[in-house]
Amino acid sequence: MPKISRKTVLTVLLYLGIVAITPLCSKAPFYRHVLIMVGLYGLLGVAWNIMGGYTGLYSFGQSAYFGIGAYTSTMLLVKAGVSPWIGMICGGILAAIVAAGVAYPCSRLRGPYFTIASQAVARTFQILMTNWDYVEGAIGIPLPLMADTWWLMQFKGKMPYHIIIFSLLGIAILVCYYIERSRTGYYFRAIRDSEEVASSLGIDTVRQRIIAAMVSAFFTAVAGTFYAQYVLYIDPESVTQHALSIEIVMVAAVGGAGTIWGPVLGAAILMPISQYARALLGGAGRGIDLILYGIIIMLIAVVRPTGILGFFQRKPAIEGEGGDDIGTTITASTGTDDEVRGSAGQS
Amino acid sequence: MRFGGLLANHDVTFDIYPGEIVGLIGPNGAGKTTLFNCISGFLHPTEGSVLFKGENLIGLKPHEICHRGLVRTFQITQPLRDMTVLENVMIGTFCRHPQTSQAREKALAILETTGMWPKRHQMGGELTIPDRKRLEIARALGTEPDLLILDEAMAGLNPTEIQDAIELVKNIQAQGITLFIIEHVMEAIMPIADRIVVLDAGRLIAEGPPSEIVRNERVIEAYLGEGRHAKRKQHSS
Ligand SMILES: Nc1ncnc2c1ncn2[C@@H]1O[C@H](COP(=O)(O)OP(=O)(O)O)[C@@H](O)[C@H]1O
Ligand SMILES: [Mg+2]
Repeated sequence: MPKISRKTVLTVLLYLGIVAITPLCSKAPFYRHVLIMVGLYGLLGVAWNIMGGYTGLYSFGQSAYFGIGAYTSTMLLVKAGVSPWIGMICGGILAAIVAAGVAYPCSRLRGPYFTIASQAVARTFQILMTNWDYVEGAIGIPLPLMADTWWLMQFKGKMPYHIIIFSLLGIAILVCYYIERSRTGYYFRAIRDSEEVASSLGIDTVRQRIIAAMVSAFFTAVAGTFYAQYVLYIDPESVTQHALSIEIVMVAAVGGAGTIWGPVLGAAILMPISQYARALLGGAGRGIDLILYGIIIMLIAVVRPTGILGFFQRKPAIEGEGGDDIGTTITASTGTDDEVRGSAGQS
Repeated sequence: MRFGGLLANHDVTFDIYPGEIVGLIGPNGAGKTTLFNCISGFLHPTEGSVLFKGENLIGLKPHEICHRGLVRTFQITQPLRDMTVLENVMIGTFCRHPQTSQAREKALAILETTGMWPKRHQMGGELTIPDRKRLEIARALGTEPDLLILDEAMAGLNPTEIQDAIELVKNIQAQGITLFIIEHVMEAIMPIADRIVVLDAGRLIAEGPPSEIVRNERVIEAYLGEGRHAKRKQHSS
């Protein structure tokens, strides 16, 4: 068993402290709603990060798994009265199975080709849900108002939701810590750098990619169930739309992809901005939050391509963390050097 | 192996015995790297077989071949850029040691024997060319192979660096690992190889101990070119 360091204990206490104190700062429901959104998108960002950040599979189709989570638990609840907790697990498992089914045929696709394929799958899924009568198509499903109980994951106040979402986020973060330290995490990062090298060193890259996709889809679906129980109404527009997939990537990219806390930080920055922009500006605010997103993305791209957490990392991006313009030119030129020196030695 | 109309490897049959160092030479474009790709599972040859420890490797994936004890390095070095030197080698050692702590220990031991230990915390993307070549070998050693195949591990190195690399190769042989080495640097491969295999235009044209190979007419013709061949004749006469 790995030893538990002081740093780990402090991190856990700090997380629990922040989660416990933030909702007490104000009783305003909207403020608490924003916190819950931070937790929800934090969870979605952390889940995306397992695929995108560690393994380098930039999925722009996470909305499909979010939708599977939301629809599975909701259908089980509406049609059979099954507790959303069980629905949450079922949705997660179903999403993981679908993710494996998608990842296998996509296992030869890399970079932008993988991104396009992931998007195509999600968009197909949205069309499917919109036209499927059994799940009420485009009309959507209102969840029946039942008792205010934990078993049915329905509450009048916001605090229970706050506790649930930050517990789920905490579990996802723990899983990431475990992955980072285990062989799987090393394998994911090796695949991100070079699948060719990874396979030459004994890594079954297809299998590892499928594992990454399954874990990521599982947590994304769990978030979907939570969303359904929180909003108590789902339709294809709200739980399977493409904008959701993009927001998930944004959260991770802004905070710092490939780091455990990056996506959480990204959610903590972006969610208040978008939620307050929408609230303050009403209907017109829907566009404003996207404009703000755009500005932030541009700033990040120029100042710190590795995301905000990159500021605190021991290596500056220029030394080959990738993504940085200057960094890539330098490494590219050494690559050619190698070639030039190589052929010089051959003659 | 055929690429469209091009026969990159044709009628290439030879053996490698345990404990040997076998050199593979041939002019640029002779098909040496292609042969390596066929052996290591990166290419699936149109015909023929590769027998390793009595098993045909054709059809197996690179990772499956690695687990059977055969590992290759790349001619164009590919350090895992965002990982440290230590982590790079751990990717290799994880092959036999699934526990992180064991993989790390094993990797540190390999870094020590390959002389990369002082650079263990450098990022793969920051390394100089000689270090990249060395890292390729260290990482492959991490998988604890029985047969290590090196694709031009010494090309582009200066004479002192080549001497270091030769020492490393001898050291690896002393550990009981069989080596199959593509090498353009004649001074490097001739003294250490037990046998040499020569490819030209995709065909095996000669096979034998280095002393015979350097005197083989066909090899001199193909490898050194007509011009040099003629010059040599003049010299000897
Ligand atoms: N993937 C490929 N597709 C088509 N042709 C290839 C491919 N790989 C190598 N070749 C060709 O096969 C021949 C042998 O190449 P290679 O094995 O790299 O030679 P060497 O390593 O001996 O210099 C060359 O003519 C090369 O252009
Ligand atoms: Mg070659």
